[in-house]
Order: sequence, then structure tokens, then C-alpha cells
Amino acid sequence: MTDKFNPKIVTFACNWCAYSAADLAGVSRFQYPPNLRIIRVMCSGRVNSNFILKAFQMGADGVLVAG
Amino acid sequence: MPNEYDQGLNDRKAAYKPYAQAIPGSFAIGKLDTAPCTMACPANLNVQGYVQMVKQGKYREAIEIIMRDLPLPGILGRVCPHPCEKSCRRLEVDEAIAIRELKRVAADHVKLSEIPVPEIIPKEEKVAIIGSGPAGLTAAYFLALNGYHVSVYEAMPETGGMMRYGIPEHRLPRSVLDAEIENLKRYGIEIHTNTAIGKDLTIEELQKHGAKAIFLAAGAWKGLMLGIPGEEHSEGFSHVVTFMREVQLGRRKKLEGKVVVFGVGHSGMDTTQVAFRLGADSVTMIDPFSVAEMPAAAEEKKEVEREGAKIHFQVAPQRIVIENGKVTGVECSRTRLTEPDTTGRRKFIPIEGSEFFIEADHVISSVGQEPDLDFLGDDFSGLEVSKWNFLVVNPETLQTNKPGIFAGGDVITGSATVIEAVEAGKRAAKYMAKYLRGEELPTEWQEEPPVGTNWVEIPDDAPVKKRLEIPTLPVEKRLSGFEEISLPVDEELARKEAARCLNCGGCCECYQCIEACQAHAITFETHAQQEKSVSIEVGSVILAPGFSAFDPGRYDTYQYSAYPNVVTSMEFERILSATGPYQGHVQRPSDKREPRNIAWLQCVGSRDINKCDHGYCSSVCCMYAIKEAVVAKEHAGSDLDCAIFFMDMRTYGKDFETYYNRAREEQGVRFVRSRIHSIEEDPKTHDLVLKYVEENGDIQEEIFDMVVLSVGMETPEALINTADQLEIKLDKDNFVQTAAFNPIQTSREGIYVCGGFQEPKDIPYSVMEASAAACEAKADLSEARGTLVKEKTYPQEKDVSSEEPRIGVFVCNCGTNIGGIVDVPKVGEYARTLPGVIYVEENLFTCSQDTQEKMKEAIERESLNRVVVAACTPRTHEPLFQETLKDAGLNKYLFEMANIRNQCSWVHSKEKEEATQKAQDLVRMAVARAQLIQPLPQPTIPVNDKALVIGGGITGITAALGLADQGFHTYLIEQSAELGGNALKLIDTWRGDEIPGRLKDLIRQVQDHPLIDVFAESTVKEASGFIGNFETTISSNGTDRTIKHGAVIVAVGAEEYKPTEYRYGEDKRVLTNLDLDTAISSNDKSVTGAKTVVFIQCVGSRESERPYCSKVCCTHSIKSALRLKKMNPEVDIFILYRDIRTYGQREELYREARSRGVVFIRYSMEQKPQVEKSGQEISVIAKDLILGRNIIISPDIVVLASAIVPRDNVTLAQMYKLSLNEDGFFMEAHAKLRPVEFASEGIFLAGMAHFPKPIEESIAQAKAAASRASVVLSKENLMVEGVVSNVNEIMCRGCGTCEETCPYGAIALVERDDGKTVAHVQEALCKGCGSCAVACPTGAASIFHYDDQEVLTMVEAALEG
Repeated sequence: MTDKFNPKIVTFACNWCAYSAADLAGVSRFQYPPNLRIIRVMCSGRVNSNFILKAFQMGADGVLVAG
Repeated sequence: MPNEYDQGLNDRKAAYKPYAQAIPGSFAIGKLDTAPCTMACPANLNVQGYVQMVKQGKYREAIEIIMRDLPLPGILGRVCPHPCEKSCRRLEVDEAIAIRELKRVAADHVKLSEIPVPEIIPKEEKVAIIGSGPAGLTAAYFLALNGYHVSVYEAMPETGGMMRYGIPEHRLPRSVLDAEIENLKRYGIEIHTNTAIGKDLTIEELQKHGAKAIFLAAGAWKGLMLGIPGEEHSEGFSHVVTFMREVQLGRRKKLEGKVVVFGVGHSGMDTTQVAFRLGADSVTMIDPFSVAEMPAAAEEKKEVEREGAKIHFQVAPQRIVIENGKVTGVECSRTRLTEPDTTGRRKFIPIEGSEFFIEADHVISSVGQEPDLDFLGDDFSGLEVSKWNFLVVNPETLQTNKPGIFAGGDVITGSATVIEAVEAGKRAAKYMAKYLRGEELPTEWQEEPPVGTNWVEIPDDAPVKKRLEIPTLPVEKRLSGFEEISLPVDEELARKEAARCLNCGGCCECYQCIEACQAHAITFETHAQQEKSVSIEVGSVILAPGFSAFDPGRYDTYQYSAYPNVVTSMEFERILSATGPYQGHVQRPSDKREPRNIAWLQCVGSRDINKCDHGYCSSVCCMYAIKEAVVAKEHAGSDLDCAIFFMDMRTYGKDFETYYNRAREEQGVRFVRSRIHSIEEDPKTHDLVLKYVEENGDIQEEIFDMVVLSVGMETPEALINTADQLEIKLDKDNFVQTAAFNPIQTSREGIYVCGGFQEPKDIPYSVMEASAAACEAKADLSEARGTLVKEKTYPQEKDVSSEEPRIGVFVCNCGTNIGGIVDVPKVGEYARTLPGVIYVEENLFTCSQDTQEKMKEAIERESLNRVVVAACTPRTHEPLFQETLKDAGLNKYLFEMANIRNQCSWVHSKEKEEATQKAQDLVRMAVARAQLIQPLPQPTIPVNDKALVIGGGITGITAALGLADQGFHTYLIEQSAELGGNALKLIDTWRGDEIPGRLKDLIRQVQDHPLIDVFAESTVKEASGFIGNFETTISSNGTDRTIKHGAVIVAVGAEEYKPTEYRYGEDKRVLTNLDLDTAISSNDKSVTGAKTVVFIQCVGSRESERPYCSKVCCTHSIKSALRLKKMNPEVDIFILYRDIRTYGQREELYREARSRGVVFIRYSMEQKPQVEKSGQEISVIAKDLILGRNIIISPDIVVLASAIVPRDNVTLAQMYKLSLNEDGFFMEAHAKLRPVEFASEGIFLAGMAHFPKPIEESIAQAKAAASRASVVLSKENLMVEGVVSNVNEIMCRGCGTCEETCPYGAIALVERDDGKTVAHVQEALCKGCGSCAVACPTGAASIFHYDDQEVLTMVEAALEG
């Protein structure tokens, strides 16, 4: 059996919307794959392009900026 | 039980959380009245409880529930005559639950010896019990549980009393009997067999040996005599008691020949079966009564007949025929029965001449027993005995005439059932214990409170389920021995049988939740919590009880009760909800199929005086129906056809009309102006045929998969009573009576009202009223402000800046929310390996109060200087833990959370391993960040407690008074020379409250108020500052003055649109509504004397360039029309309209206008009316859509209901950095939740500057704004958050990019003393978003707590694993 592609995803989530949406997904018991790691920021405007590049440099397969 | 929150569309358990977001977010346990089975049981066993346990296969728990009331589950599971089954409500559906059998199933699966004996605290006192039958053993059991030393004395060689010597083995195997009695010894009960009281020991001796209380449970061992010849001393005749005892003792092993049994009770049946097993050739049972009076159960009769017995009813023995001292037969006669007497009993009378003879070798009489009291001696040991030879006791306590001696069971009643004896034993134990504690015993029977019948409703469509059939031993196998007849029931079938239980009592009180609750929040005490009344003293009361939705089931018009696919809008809301009964999937109730089309029917329970007596409009239904249609299309896809059937579309609120237009034009929702004729259902498909009449009179028919009834609001009955108790007046529609100038004041001083109890209204206006009510209440309480507040103090903050990070990690199980999925010990173990981590702890609930204490101790003991909690979400719990840090002397920013619940265990509940891995990663990320985070200062800034109100109309005046009355100094500025604004031109409100006088009053109050400074002919020239610290320059007639204040209320109002259409301004007979008011006020004869008047609605409103509805014009025009009619009833009035929007109780005016002959003619946007002028005459031409023809009217005046337009708000908006909506009105922070606040803190909004609205709404909003502003002004200081931007001035080159980027206006370029221009952060305005840090080209701007390194380290840690 070949290994299924299991991407590593880093998410930057705005505290006020996307991060609370991710919380709500939990409250609603939505299920999604366990391969993303959420980093809370106070605003998606806080996300510097360096952060994204750093994630890719460290081996992330995808970066999601949500806000 | 039906889930109330989901409108009964699905079920919930008895232990439930009302809904996901409920506050408090805790569980409740729903109890109803005690189930009828429990009430019917003599010993009050918790039947529902153990049946539910059997359903779940929890047999041990079932037995534990039974053992609370009964120590002999296996015995009663076989021999109980189960009165409970007669009262089972399942009988209303099909057949009773096989309760007794389920008890046996539980007992058969559990070894009693394995059930732990509860902790018993031994007591000194000794108790003696005479008789080891069910009464004696039960009493012994409960007394032993109570800690007493119990000795049981039994005259027979073995224990059990009648259970052994009266009930044959084929019904009650001795192994069961022995095991259950043996088990009692584990409770410390001593049993002495072969010890007859009276012979071996006397009662006096027992007392002498220390028995402080004695229970006489000696049973009834003497057979009753019939009093017929031949009954005594003959071979072949015996009483059942003797016969059974002989059999049990092994003295009688055979019974050959023909047997006749007298009596068809339980023991008669037993006797017959025993006779067959001993070899009887035939058994004939006779009884003088009919089958209807038979004491034994029908199933027992069936069984003996299967074994071959013949039963003769209505046959009485007359003589036992004896030849040579030996029975040869019985002479009998037939009987007839008398009519029942007053107690319902019949008597039998032998029929003369009907005598006949039955041959018999043996006759066994089973007609009843009485106690054998010989053991008490000649004088019955001084105990009172009745003429029936029973011991006399107090019926409540079972105490005899001698204190300390109790009696119960057959010895006081004659032969009865085992369960009745158990009841006697329980009762005796209760009162003996009371007696032993020296308490006074009641002297009379204690009446139980009446039995409530508030049980779970049985649904009309409850499916019929067949009762369990109990397997029995085949007859051919039975007679050879005493093998048990009833065979064990298959476990699956038993559980299925238990599942038939309706759970009448709601919660079954199995107390499994107490076991399950790891936080010990549920205990026996909290489980038993009842509602209780408390009294509190208050200075004012705010009523916000809401409304209830109209129940369309009351009328058959809409077939709501009959057709499953007709639902209310409240039910549809739940259908749409992700947490609803169908998880947000749009489907119809009848077959759970996705509907292809849905119809909404408007005005159900509103605007209808024929069917429901609600003449008013419910104000919100048009808007919510559109929303539901749009959301349904979003959920189900655009193929779903949504149609709204309505009379007038009332989208009068802020941005509502735009929403309506979008739903119609972009989302394809159909709007059908119509009246509904009928709904019919196709009984096969459950589709619904809707018949309706279009505006032009055409009758149409359409088929819908679902129909949603847009139900209106009404005041529930309970609230009407509340109002009555509070002595506040309701109006004729049962809403609280209020006046326009004080719309939240009830008829009783100090009591305020807000929301739907005042009039049907939507959320934004309800929230505004809520704040307004708070304003009024605060004014009443202003003297007491702060007197009940306790200030919290914190220890001195430790300086940890020079320390190496010492991190404590607390991993939460959150009960099983995290611990059930994530391997918490593994995460904890992993955390120990991370750099900087000194201490790791796992908690059941990290947020619990005791954990906070433990956390504080750990911080001190381990000298922790950083804390990481791996638990739920910082969005809800960060403040709590930060508080703990502060309590432990740490800066609150030395804290970090790893979200391993909401964003881990809850969303990966099926992938435990991956979830554990992710939790470890999240902890690693949090720990990495914790190494870098620093303590941050939280500067406090003083608050100026003065307020500025901009706008001197009725809103500004009210807001200023609201603040000043609370004690805040207020500046009120008005651009014109006079206070009053638009209200100066108005005559009265729609309810008829007179305006000019009241306005004058208010203006005088403002002018006289010592705390209000009025600036007339003034405008705002410049403004700067932030919450608590504003500086505004006011320009008054050329002079400027700068004032400092802590809050701003924007109440600049709006103005009437000056029409360019319909010949306005060209001909003076064309007026606006305000012109008309002025003309009437000045008694302009050309207006008041007009014979024909035409009103044209929506002039300038609901047009493409001004899409909003101006909200007040329909009501205004109708009010004016009624005024003109009143002045001159002959006047002909025509109102040309698009939709009449007399929302709420304004509908009453609309109805009145029609009844007074005002003619309403609808026009469409495509064919607007024309105002023509030929010579001196003006004429109005309009297309009547009902007639489909043009009509021409020649009026004396034409009144234009012109729009309300915003003032030029742009300048003011720029000065205070406020937003405007597309229409030019000011935009609030949140339409529903923060309707009077701006996004910029410290600035508030009220009146028509927000949106067109009538006076009462402006006043409510003004008070609301004052209320919200006072929250700011009442604080001495504001604490600024530490997460703010910071500019390194050395690196700053003053480019200003950050200033442009900052969405909050918190950064500005300033020139330093040395001439260098640098960016400066105003911390009070900064929200810490960090946009400046990203925008800054040099890296001078950064954000505390989220600096580049602090974020990047998380990125690194995330990808390390």
C-alpha cells in the first residue's frame, strides 16, 4: 500500500473570527483531519510574509491564513 | 422526553443540557411525577429505574436499585402478583410491561453476594424479630442497614416463613430462596431457627436480654374453617397450610386418587399444582364465586388448567362426606351472587335443589389463614387482639399497644402477598428506628400527598409493541417433579421488553449520573434539588420575560396538528440549525426527505381578528421568513424553490429592504402577494396542496413539500398573571402599557419593561430597550451606586524578568472531553521532556476552583514563572487562568494555552492516536512560545466623567437628561437656535400622546438641570482623543471652545426629504407630511377644509437611489388621514401605497382608517401615480391593481409621504472616526448585539442619526445610549490591555505607513522636541492587531506578546515534530 499524501498545514487564525470559528467547529463536533496546527494571532493583519515563508522553509505543505 | 429547544422535533434524555450555548452551561435533570408503577407497588420499588437498567443490560445496577427498597429481588421476581403491571401506562398503547419478569432477569444475572455491603455505622441497640418470613427479613435488613444488632427468631427448622412453607418449589426454587436469605447474613443479621417464641424463649426474656424493640412477624399459620360438616378430624381432609408444610418437611411425598381443592386464590392454585406433582389422578377446584372474583391471576388459572385441573366456579361445598373416617367426596350446591354492596363486594347464596356430589379421596381447603397466637400465652402477653384474631397495631407505625413492640405482615392482616409483607417490614423498620432514636411516633395514619399525574406524554402515534411472552416448562416435563415452571427469558428479549417502558416519570432516578459525574457535581442532594423561593430586596425591577410564539394548533385553518409537513417558523429555525434535530440538513418531518419547494405563510396569528384575536402585526415575521428562505436555499442549494405568501411585505428596519431586494432579485425567493384559501394534504405522499387567491382575484393552486407558518408573537397566559401580581397594567393586546415619552416605564413606578412584553419587536430594538431600562433603573439607584461592590486586591507582582523560564504545564482531562480521546498521561509525560518545563500536572478539570488553588500553590512551591494550560480555548478560559496567575503574584501575560479540546479532541474524536500526537505538538508549540513571552505593564488611564451629546432634538435631550440624572455632567450642543429638532413640527405620536407640551417640558428640564450645559447654534469643529479622554472643540457663533469629556453620544438626527417629484414645490397644494402637520397646527383652511385628499406613500423611499424604507411614513399618513377624517368626516381620502407597514400595534390605526372609509389603493413601482395639473385643477392618476384599471382622482391637496434622509454626516464621522452605512446613516458596532455603540469605544449612537424611527424608539435608544455611556463614565480609571503596538523610535524613520495602516487611529506621527518625526502609539486606542508591525518597512513597530520571534517560534515548533 502506498502512503497517502498527508500534508502538514500551518494555520494562522485571527483571534476574533477564524480562531473562534475553529472553536465553534469543536463545539459542533465537526470532524476534520488532524494534520493542521493552528497558531492564534490577534488579527490576520499580523501575519507577516516571513511567517508564511518560514512555515514552508520548515517543511509545511500548506499555509492557511484565516481571518 | 421531547426536546423543548428543538420544538419537540426530536427527543432528549432526562439528564440534559437545555441547548449547546445555554447559560448556565450546565446540565439539568428533568423529573416529572413519580411513575404509576412505583406508586402501585406496595413497597414503592423504583420500577422505572430498574427496568431502564435492564434495558441497558446493567443488571447489577438494577439489583442495587431494587435493594434500596427490597432485599429479596429474585423471590419477588417470581412470586409477586405485580400490582404495578395493572397501572402501567403502556396499557394505553398495547399491553403492560412484564415488570416482574424483568426483575427476575436482573436477579438471575447477579450474585447478591458480590454486591458490596454499604458502610454501616454500628449502633448499640439490639432488636429482636419474631419470624423469618418476608416481613421479618425485610425489617431485619433495613434495621441492620441502620446499624442495629438484629436477631431473627424462627420457630421452624428453616428460614423463610411462608415463602418456604407456603409457596411450592416449582414456583420458587429453594436455591433462590436460600441464596437471598443467606445474603442477609452479610449485613450482620443473626437468624436463630428452631427457636419458637413462647416455647423456647418468651418476649419478656428477649427484652431482658437487651432487645430494645421487637417486631412480631409470625405470620398466619392457622387455616380458616368453613364451618361445614366433616371439616374436622378425618383422613383425607387438610388445610392448605398444613398440607404445604407437610410437603416441605418431606412428610408427605404422595397424594394419590381424586383431589378436591376449595378456593381459587394463589395458594389454591399452588395446592393444585403440588397435588398433581404428588401423583393425584385428578384435581377439581371449586369456588362459590365467579371467575370475575378470582383472586389468582388469569395466567395462574391457565397454567393449572394446562396441567389438567378442572375448575368449577359458583359451586359451594356443603358437606364433606366421610365414610369410615375417610373422605369419600364433597356434597356441593350451585350458587348465585348478590348485587355488589357499597364496598363492591358480592355475596353468594346456595341455590336450593342444585346439590350434587363430587367424589374425592382428598379435600384440601385453601380459603384463608389466620394467625396462631398461642405463642403469646393466654393473655396474649398483654397485647391487644381483634375479634378476627389479629394483633391490633397503629396502622401507620405498626406499633402494638405495648411501646417498643411492633407487629406486621400476615399476623395483623391474615394471609396476604409477599410484597405486602415486605411493605410491612419496611414500615416497621422505619418506625422502630425512630422509636429507638427516642423520637415521637405519629399516632395516626399519615396521609400521603396526592399522586401527581404529570407524566411523560404518550405520543398519539406511539407504535404498538408486543409484550414479552414468558417461556414455561412443557406440561409433560412438569409433573414428574418440582422443577421451576417459568423458564429464564432470553436476554435480548428482556432488554427489548424493558425498552417498551414509556419512562413516565422522566428521570428514572437510577443515579447513574452521580456515578458518572467525575466532578461530583451531582450528588444525592443536588439530584433531589427542587425549585425554591427566595426573597431579595431591590430598588427597581426590569421586566424582560419575552413572548411566546402563537400556537397554530389551536385552529384548524392551517392544519398544523394534522399534517406533519406543516411546521411553524420556530420549528423551521431548529431544522436550519447545525445543532438542531437534523443537524442543519433541510428535510421534512414526514419522511426526512429533502423538500423540493417550501412555502411560507405570513401573518399566522397576527393581523387577524377573526381567528386568533391578535389584531396587531408581530413586526418580525416578514424579515425572519425572508431570512429562513435565504438560509434554506443556502443549505439545500439553489434548486430549492422558496415562496413567501404575504399581504404586505414589512421590511421597515435598517438595511432590511436591501435584504428583501436581494432575496428577491439575487437569491430567487418568490414573493406572492395573496390570501391563503386552504391547505390540503395528499395522504399518501404528505405533500401539501396550497390554494390561494392572488391580488387580482385569480385562484391558484400549487403543491408544496413543506409549509412553514410564520407565527406571530403573543403574551403567554403565565405572564398575564405575573403582570397582575406586579400590579402593572396591560393593554388590550396583553402587552405592557407604556407611553411614547417613556416607552420603558410601566404603570407602576420603579418597574420597567423591555422587549417583546412591551410590543412585538425585533432583537435590535429589544436590546436598545434593555439598555434603556438599565438607564432608568440606574437613575433610581444612583445614590446606591458602588455601595455593594467589593474591590479585589492582588499580591505584589513578582519581578521575574531576570529569571530563566521555569514553566509549569497543566494538562486538563476536561472530564472525558479530552481524557476520553487524548492520552492525557502521555501528553503530560511528553511535556516533562520539553525545555524549560519544571512541573507538570494532570487535572480532571483544570478550570475548577480547587485546581486554581493547586495551581497557585504549584507556582509558589516550584517558583514557576510561566504557566501553560493545555485544555479548552483561551477565548473562554484565558481570563480565568490569568486571574489565578495574578493571585499568585505573576504578571497575567506570563500565560499561554494549548487548545487541545475545541481544536483537538472534539474534532478528532475518532482518531485517538493522531489526536494525542496533535495535543503533544500543541503543547510543544505553547511551551516554546512560553519561553519567550514577557511580563507586560497594563497602564491605567483616568476617565473624565463628563459627556458630550451632539444634537438637541428629542433624542439628544433625552440622552442628556439620562446622563445628568445619573449624576454625570453633560454638554449638549445643537446647531440651530432652538432645542427640539424635528419634533417641533409634530402634533402627536401614533398612540395620540401630545408632543408640543411634552417637548416643552423636556426642554425646560434640560435648561434647568444643573448638570447640563446647552450650547445652541453650535457645531463640532474639531475632535480628538479616545475613550475616557476626548477633547472636542465647539464652535458657537464664531467663538470656539474646547471641552474635555469621557464619552460622546451622536444624536444628530435626520431630515425630511424635499421631493422633486409629484409637482412638489411647483404647486402649494402638494405638501409633505410635515408640511401637513404644520398646516393643521396653524389651522390652514385650505388644508383643514379639503374635501378630497390623496396621500402618496414611499416618496423618495424604496427607490433605487434610496433603497431603504423610511419606517414612519405609513403610520404618519394614516394618522394624518384619521385626523382629517375626525375634523371633517365627509372628506374623501385616498392613500396610494406599495406596502402598508403599520408594524406592531400600529396595525390598529390601519384597521381604523379602513373602517372609517379611507380608501387604500396599491400601486407598483412600474406604474407609479401621476400628479397632473390642468388649469387650476390637479388630478392624480393611479393604476388600481385589483381592478386592473386606471383611476383618476381630483384632490384638493396631495400629501407626499416623503423619505427621511440622513444629514451630512461625513464631517462628523471623519472627526470621530466613525463609519456610515451605504445610505449615509451612522453605523453601529453590531446591529443586534451593540445597537447603540460605535466600533470606536466611548462613542454612542441614538435616534434618527442611526435610522429613521418614531419618537418612542428614538427615546428608548437615547436612554440606551446614556446607559451604555454611563458604564464608561462611572469608572475612575480604565485599564489598557498590555497587548499593544510599540514603536522603537531609533528605528522609526517617520514614513507614516503604520498610521495609514492602523484601522483604529491608534498610531500617529508626532514631532519630537529634537525635531525628528516618529510614530507614536496611543495605547488606549490600540487593539493589538499588529497590522502596523507588518506594514513597518524598518521593523520599528512591533506588537507586545506577539512579536515576530514569539510567533515564529510556534511555526518552528509546529513543524519540528
